[in-house]
Amino acid sequence: MNYQNYLNPHVSSVPPSGIRRFFDLASTMKDTISLGVGEPDFVTPYHIRDAAVNSILDGGTQYTANRGLPELREEIAFYLSTRFHTVYNPDTEIVVTVGASEAIDTTLRAMISPGDEVLIPDPSYVSYCPSVRFALGVPVPVVTQEKDGFRLMPDAVEAAITSKTKFLILPYPNNPTGGIMQRDDLMKLSEIIKAHDLMVISDEIYAELTYGDLQHVSIASLPGMWERTMTINGLSKSFAMTGWRVGYVCGPAPIISEINKIHQYAILCSPRMGQVAALEALREGREKDYEDVRKMRESYDRRRRLLVDGFRQMGLQCFEPMGAFYVFPCIRSTGMDSETFCQQLLIREHVACVPGTAFGESGEGFIRCSYATAIDKLSLALDAFTRFLT
Amino acid sequence: MTRLEEKLLDILQEDCRIPLEKIAVMTGVTLSEVAETIDGLEKQHVILRYAPTINWDRTEKERVEAMIEVRVTPQRDMGFDAVARRIYRFDEVKSVYLMSGSYDLLVLVEAPTLKNLAFFVSQKLSTLEMVTGTATSFVLKRYKEDGVIFEDEKQDHRLVVSP
Repeated sequence: MNYQNYLNPHVSSVPPSGIRRFFDLASTMKDTISLGVGEPDFVTPYHIRDAAVNSILDGGTQYTANRGLPELREEIAFYLSTRFHTVYNPDTEIVVTVGASEAIDTTLRAMISPGDEVLIPDPSYVSYCPSVRFALGVPVPVVTQEKDGFRLMPDAVEAAITSKTKFLILPYPNNPTGGIMQRDDLMKLSEIIKAHDLMVISDEIYAELTYGDLQHVSIASLPGMWERTMTINGLSKSFAMTGWRVGYVCGPAPIISEINKIHQYAILCSPRMGQVAALEALREGREKDYEDVRKMRESYDRRRRLLVDGFRQMGLQCFEPMGAFYVFPCIRSTGMDSETFCQQLLIREHVACVPGTAFGESGEGFIRCSYATAIDKLSLALDAFTRFLT
Repeated sequence: MTRLEEKLLDILQEDCRIPLEKIAVMTGVTLSEVAETIDGLEKQHVILRYAPTINWDRTEKERVEAMIEVRVTPQRDMGFDAVARRIYRFDEVKSVYLMSGSYDLLVLVEAPTLKNLAFFVSQKLSTLEMVTGTATSFVLKRYKEDGVIFEDEKQDHRLVVSP
């Protein structure tokens, strides 16, 4: 059979993730030290796991409300208002999703009309462009540069806007660069967004992971931006809960109700066990001033400094990332492109990193190194880099 | 305690063999500041020693441990401290705690053999004039100590590369 006739060309035309090839190659090798992992190296705190197990043993095995457990939505609303000064009504302005990934996909599908242009900082997380294309939108990369700390600069945004531009995806703190947007940066950006009547999809999954006393600022907390912003977040990175698949999207009720429509038909609800675990995480976090999160952040911060210093010592140009858990050193001085560099490093030194190009064309010349790895392994990896570069 | 002191204690408690240069990088302060602060913590007796956590069960060494609940008569003017001092000076005694509840002191004792341990309890500890009673429980297996779990459960379940 010619299955091509039965496949959606909008799907077939999207290439598979560039990370996949590295995964396949790295999986065949033994004793690999991986700096290629996009998730915390912490296991979910024990009290959270314990709460989920107890709920299963107590018979909590049913569907939940489509939008998620009401008490979880209340905790989410409280969490966002106290941590990031954004206020959402738990009944009408929040949907709990299967990770932030579902939130991204469902939000784009609910909002994009065919042909709408969506601005996406480049480099960025791998799923934005494909998800926009699945929703029949047109992804428009906006280059961010190391010299600007990989911030989304107002003039670059302005230059990319056409009459078809309707949305801006704002993924900060950023994967893969570790760049963050501070209040002033967001203020300037918000003027352009308002002037061109755009809406923002703000993916804030790394919001808890900012360093050096810099607090994450939610764009929805700025004047006149709440009504223009869909805020996406989740517990994966902040509470080390990737495998539980709990995320959420918040925003104005008329949009949330359409997102919920897709969510209810396609997914029904996020798994109850994950929601119960998330509820425990947020409830205990509120009572103990988010101690789990603080401890993990401090641990990441130490490793971040170690890795940046290590790369600089060996002469690699390395921007100091102030968010997420990635370092994005420039490897142009080696004369290799990102793909070759990562491939050779893996083959010769058994250290896995991800080429910057997996996150967009402007990732060329850079590699993403995750420091969500034990300190002894980071030290071994740095030794391996040094050998590789000499 | 300053924030830097807290950070340093956090790092050292995890691994006290990390070179000071590395600690300086990790905390973002100068090498001399790290050295001086640790020096200060040692002088204030906040840091008492740098010792590894050892799982003796993995070694050939024969060793018996017991927890002994001790009831005592407190001494005039000195309370329990004088009694505790009399007890903790024995080499066999690893830890001594003053407890609330049905007994007064919890004494952790270690000896090479059961016979040595029995001798210590019956001949040295019980015979102290202020000790009015003891109850000895032997340690059969150690699962976790000072926050370190002794069984191998550190497995990385993550994919080697992920977005």
